[in-house]
Amino acid sequence: MIQRFLPLIVTMAVLVVGFLLCAAQFPNFASLRVVGNLLTDNAFVGIAAAGMTFVILSGGIDLSVGAVIGFTTVLLAVLIEQAGIHPMVAFALALIVGAGFGAAMGAVIHWFQMPPFIVTLAGMFIARGVSFVLTTDSLPINHPLYSDLNEVAWRFSGGGRLSLPAMLLLGVFALSMLLAHWTRFGANIYALGGNRHSAELMGVPVARTTVGVYALSGLLAGLAGIVFSLYTGAGYSLAATGVELDTITAVVIGGTQLTGGYGLVLGTFGGVLIQGLIQTYITFDGTMSSWWTKIAIGVLLFVFILLQKGLLAVWSDRDGDPAEA
Amino acid sequence: MSMTWLKSAVAATAVVALFAGVAPAQAADGKLVVGFSQIGSESGWRAAETKTAKAEADKRGIDLKISDAQQKQENQIKAVRSFVAQGVDAIFIAPVVATGWDSVLKEAKEAKIPVVLLDRQIDTKDNSLYMTAVTSDTVHEGRVAGEWLAKKTSGKCAVVELQGTVGSSPAINRKKGFDEIVAKNPGMKIVRTQSGDFTRAKGKEVMESFIKAENGGKGICAVYAHNDDMAVGAIQAIKEAGLKPGSDILVVSIDGVPDIFKAMAEGTANATVELTPNMAGPAYDALIAYKKTGTLPAKWIQTESALFTPETAKAEYERRKDAY
Repeated sequence: MIQRFLPLIVTMAVLVVGFLLCAAQFPNFASLRVVGNLLTDNAFVGIAAAGMTFVILSGGIDLSVGAVIGFTTVLLAVLIEQAGIHPMVAFALALIVGAGFGAAMGAVIHWFQMPPFIVTLAGMFIARGVSFVLTTDSLPINHPLYSDLNEVAWRFSGGGRLSLPAMLLLGVFALSMLLAHWTRFGANIYALGGNRHSAELMGVPVARTTVGVYALSGLLAGLAGIVFSLYTGAGYSLAATGVELDTITAVVIGGTQLTGGYGLVLGTFGGVLIQGLIQTYITFDGTMSSWWTKIAIGVLLFVFILLQKGLLAVWSDRDGDPAEA
Repeated sequence: MSMTWLKSAVAATAVVALFAGVAPAQAADGKLVVGFSQIGSESGWRAAETKTAKAEADKRGIDLKISDAQQKQENQIKAVRSFVAQGVDAIFIAPVVATGWDSVLKEAKEAKIPVVLLDRQIDTKDNSLYMTAVTSDTVHEGRVAGEWLAKKTSGKCAVVELQGTVGSSPAINRKKGFDEIVAKNPGMKIVRTQSGDFTRAKGKEVMESFIKAENGGKGICAVYAHNDDMAVGAIQAIKEAGLKPGSDILVVSIDGVPDIFKAMAEGTANATVELTPNMAGPAYDALIAYKKTGTLPAKWIQTESALFTPETAKAEYERRKDAY
């Protein structure tokens, strides 16, 4: 049991120790406002990262999520501002488009036996390209519902708040944990990522699971796009560039193995917050180049990959079977 | 198992080291703390703006916290939220895009932290979300360049124009201001105009085609470039055509980067209108006045668009080369 949870424990320990160190240095750090900000500011990355966790657990990768987020913001701006569609309808359309786009990529990956890397890379170019065709400017969304939704928040004393994006983030992670650990679909994903061939022999519906995983990732990228458009109140074709890499980083720091099969959804949540924490620390400090964020995350990523490699070696030695991965 | 725990210990130590590596103290009591969300460091001018903001803060005893957004709005929003959480005395933003600032600025307003926009404006219906904006008037810059040229040539000049990136607001406005002056002087005419995309290479290329089209450059009295970089490219093209930049063809441009001062000192350029990188200075002054007496500054603080000519070029170059 401890084997399964050890990476998660390390991730959470890093998060807690990191937070305590920040709080020790900056008196205003240990406040509900900072915690609320961490959740709100990282909501779109976190929601997309939840989807990425499933993809990576299944042994795949999805490079299109950043572009799908950007595309969703543009689509929403065009639908709401230019076509005059109600935001709620536009949200539903965006989720359908996101899920459909993901499902299509999953179908290509499965039936044409293509590497997910290439298929989703193509998906990334398509999504980003289409958003540029729709508009190259940043389109403001002025619908009153947007400002209303931005006001939705559970306020704490001291100015902290649990905003709607933060609530969505928590909700998505709660549902994702249920899906991963207590459903047949979740079990199939783990089986597929562990060993595709034996999963097939065991009767796991490989086609349905593969398509489902990418559809889920696309759906969550669409939701992340909605959150992002709420966040900036605009549709912008350059929005969320590189977010796919942030989400992959969060998944790996969260203890999920890039080769698939091992990992926990909750770990990804920790991975997202660790990245946010480092960024917040550097802003609080105010004298360091913000590029230190990238360096710190790079070092962390490296450490976690080594840690996984080490854990794997230790387990396989003990179990007596050859090291995999 | 011991191996595993060793590894996790190593991991944890590395992270602790990361966080503990630098430990600057919070500002001493009584010092104003300003958080500045900068777009990035994409151009020499932008880097100079950041450097000047630091220098001007030191001059006034202000503690400046800078966050580089790496060209991403989401990073700017995060930085503003962090500044609010930190309880800074004011927030400066150089917004990367005009839209999408309302909700985060509302949080700053609720926390009673004044916000100053630097160098660019934002799109918002609620002007009370920021205290003031410090920007240059790009139409005025074009006017200043045009006025200098009209005076220098007694209102008689065939001008070729190197425009900035098509559709960008500085290109539109710098053309508009210059055109106003041309319209006032019947002897002045823009004979050719084309975009050089604000770059040196494109400026040179377009200038070459202008020279060919205008009888080897004989029909051109002056070149007006929307930025210094294109002017530097144009100077190269004029030299290569066997003409003397600065006398056969006058060169006037906008921005005031070190290279154009160097060119002026060498006599190959004639005038530049400075877009000052000191946007933070006037902002600090407005902020200090507000904190002391409670007087709100005007909604728009316009920076000076000063004209520089070869007479002072050498000294100006020396003064500037370190800021960029």
